[in-house]
Amino acid sequence: MAEIIWGLATSHVPSIGAAMDNDKTHDDYWSPLFDDYQPARDWMAEHTPDVVLVVYNDHANAIDLDLMPTFAIGTASHFPVADEGWGPRPVPPVLGHPELATHIVESLVDEEFDITVANQLQVDHGLTVPLSVYTPEPGSAWPCPVIPILVNVLQYPQPTAKRCYSLGQAIGRAIASYTENIKVAIFGTGGMSHQLSGERAGLINENFDHMFLEKIQTDPEALTRITREEYIREAGSEGIELIMWLVMRGAMKTEIERIAETYHVPASNTAAALALFENTESPS
Amino acid sequence: MSTKPVVEGTYVFGIEDNRRGYALNKLCSTFTSAENRELFLQNEAAYCDRFDLTPEQRTAILERDWIKMLDLGGSIFYIFKLAQLDKKSVQYLGGIFTGMSTEEFIAELKAGGRHFG
Repeated sequence: MAEIIWGLATSHVPSIGAAMDNDKTHDDYWSPLFDDYQPARDWMAEHTPDVVLVVYNDHANAIDLDLMPTFAIGTASHFPVADEGWGPRPVPPVLGHPELATHIVESLVDEEFDITVANQLQVDHGLTVPLSVYTPEPGSAWPCPVIPILVNVLQYPQPTAKRCYSLGQAIGRAIASYTENIKVAIFGTGGMSHQLSGERAGLINENFDHMFLEKIQTDPEALTRITREEYIREAGSEGIELIMWLVMRGAMKTEIERIAETYHVPASNTAAALALFENTESPS
Repeated sequence: MSTKPVVEGTYVFGIEDNRRGYALNKLCSTFTSAENRELFLQNEAAYCDRFDLTPEQRTAILERDWIKMLDLGGSIFYIFKLAQLDKKSVQYLGGIFTGMSTEEFIAELKAGGRHFG
């Protein structure tokens, strides 16, 4: 059967991708962030999955305001890299895993999660920046197939934190019931605190972020009790992206081991973090 | 009665905002095509006429009144595509939204960001 071997929580700030694309990772501004990534990257390079699930949100690219699915899963065999308004990122096309993606959708709908199926999907920085955090120099191809899992965080009502966690738990069961012996990694992306518009633009809340970074490992259920209003108030109107980390966390075991953690202010207008967890202990 | 949260100093984009801002956001969404970006830059007013903008939205776009665009239902993720077309950064917009220069806004971020409450 398939198993989740690790989970990566990471910000997906576009400028982190742009810094890599434009060879700026050794600049004074960026080198502290990228230097801190290295231990996590080294560990992931030694623990390679066969497929990666990326929980992320689209940013007005593949999904516009005509249709706003709360949760969607990409079932295609490949996902073109989106032109977000300034040309596509110079990264390899993203290959999918239709068989596992189909199994996950069927399993989730059987469990009464009413998932939108994305059969054609362009992927934006929300997905490709986390892939670059994992694999900074992919060459002509990413190291493995990818299944995009989309969450609406742009338009209220976003799903609740609790629902995101429950979805993750159901994804975990779907992986466990997949008969092929493959290793899976799951990425929860976005955050941490940031707000792009309004009089509170530039908001950073280090106290909230550090609380979240700790509890995502030790007490995720506490994070599911935080309301959407509190996420917006404390972490900013875009900081609510952190609910996507709970999808990742829900798919993992009760006890997980922290392999690496970084926290950096600012990356563009955002508090950027990385937290890498090995899926170690038996589920309770 | 909407349950959408009200958070001071913050745009919480909801379904009603989507409805109000639809044409404005739709226009900005077309900038994901290089051909459309070129068409817009050639004749902004004519490009605006292709969309069912209110007069206020049309003026806000043509005059680059970024705060007005948000007030009229714009979403930052769409408006940012217009800013990128002008080669304006998200820090430039942050300065506009907070009454600071771009440099002042960047300095606040580098000092750890802005704190509230």
